[in-house]
Amino acid sequence: MSAEPQVEEYVLTVEHLSAYYGSRKAVGDVSIGFGRRAITALIGPSGCGKTTLLRCLNRIHEVAFDARVEGSVHLDGQDIYAHKIDPMSIRRRVGMVFQRANPFPTLSILDNALACAGGGMKRGARNECAEKALRQAALWDEVKDKLGASPLTLSGGQQQRLCIARAVAAEPEVLLMDEPTASLDPIATAIIEELMASLADNFTIVAVTHNMQQAARVSDVTAFMLADESGVGRLIEVGDTTRVFTKPAQRKTEDYITGRFG
Amino acid sequence: MNDGLAIAGLARRRAIGTLGTLLALGCAALAAAALLAILGYVVTQGLRAINWSFLTQLPHPVGVPGGGIGNGIVGTIIIIGIATLMAVPIGLLTGIYLALFGRGVIPEALRFLSDVLSGVPSIAIGLFAYAVLVAPLKHFSGFSASFAFMMLMLPLLVRTSEHAIRSVPQTVREGALALGMSNFRATVHIVLPTALPAIITALLLAIARVTGEVAPLLFTAFGSQFWEKNPGNPMPAISLQVFTYAISPYQEWQAQAWGGALLLIVAVFILSLGARLFLRRAMRFET
Repeated sequence: MSAEPQVEEYVLTVEHLSAYYGSRKAVGDVSIGFGRRAITALIGPSGCGKTTLLRCLNRIHEVAFDARVEGSVHLDGQDIYAHKIDPMSIRRRVGMVFQRANPFPTLSILDNALACAGGGMKRGARNECAEKALRQAALWDEVKDKLGASPLTLSGGQQQRLCIARAVAAEPEVLLMDEPTASLDPIATAIIEELMASLADNFTIVAVTHNMQQAARVSDVTAFMLADESGVGRLIEVGDTTRVFTKPAQRKTEDYITGRFG
Repeated sequence: MNDGLAIAGLARRRAIGTLGTLLALGCAALAAAALLAILGYVVTQGLRAINWSFLTQLPHPVGVPGGGIGNGIVGTIIIIGIATLMAVPIGLLTGIYLALFGRGVIPEALRFLSDVLSGVPSIAIGLFAYAVLVAPLKHFSGFSASFAFMMLMLPLLVRTSEHAIRSVPQTVREGALALGMSNFRATVHIVLPTALPAIITALLLAIARVTGEVAPLLFTAFGSQFWEKNPGNPMPAISLQVFTYAISPYQEWQAQAWGGALLLIVAVFILSLGARLFLRRAMRFET
């Protein structure tokens, strides 16, 4: 594994992280840093632990029954797995977008965008805050006339952008994206990819993707993961995206990106 | 040769298929016919008894024409109302508990007990209510009937609210948690509203189930000839009046029993219809 610091500053630093579901080890001994305002793509075949690694970064992994984490993750120098840390405070700083759009079905589009804020906001402030988030998610023009409607009236791509709006409304430092375009058509995918590039001006993005072209198109840094013989996800290589795709340092990386397996 | 075999096999399969379809259709028709026969009979018999005074007046003594089961309607509403008020919080909270923290010995035991409770005959539950609320107080009461009804409604509410909450996609709950919501807030603001139509469906079905029960009322509510609005006293109920009238030797009472039966069927029909409407709303959220 070669760690090449292209970006001077890491927002998130992962050290010797292992993640388990019960006795099954899904991720083993991963150390990696995520640069500020960079887009890092986690690539690798199914079951290589990339989603699990992502879910350790906002402590949502532990929501699953019997799940636990070893090692450390530092957010701006603070150990997010320290005893006195409330996972809720971490999740406010590290937002997440899921593989399938999961808008809250009983809330309106407006309330979805504001779901992080809770009550107590004046009407004017609410609308302003929602508009800002929806604009950031490149969704405002499509929904501004139907803010009170159910999110289920939107298309899949729009729903996913609503989920992005919902996440950025909390003004997190880091945005985790778990295969955000896996269930979308190519046009919706292109819109989200463009959106990712513009979001990178304000947020540090870590995105899991199945799609190598997508990683090559949108990311600054690419990390390649692979499960070893016993099914434990390992970090094989991380580096500047162009470099990883043109001159991979590891044989396994080369085999994967040239399509020899996976 | 091979082709011939294949075609012969096909004809046989077709014949068996048709036979199966006809058999299934016949059974369905039989079931529907039985139901329609009961419905038709109750409606024709019951409609004769139902009029405005039947719905609004007290029962008249034998031999005095007219009279109604107005007090029974009020009694049924009060008994079921109190039962619902008691059953909903207990059932819903137990369902939430089972859905969110449902692993381990205690939740499994709770599920088992709830399943057993749902299989206990209603008369046994009535007997239990008699033993704990009527016998010690030496006094029949509407409240003891509510207690028995609550016990009948609980297992249905517990299991269906657990299932309703579980069927809210885990991704929706995780989406709420990932925004930094507390477990409590995610449950109350996001998960419960999503599961609500299914829970209301279950509640309406639970109410429909106890509306026609008479066995637990025999030695709890006991019945009354008056406008009884105090659940501390013996109370009338539609199903009880149907029972009393139906086994009486007087023709005008028997006619009124049919009227009461029709009333119960209409109530259950409306509740089931409402349940279906809510269920349709619930299905809309499933992805």
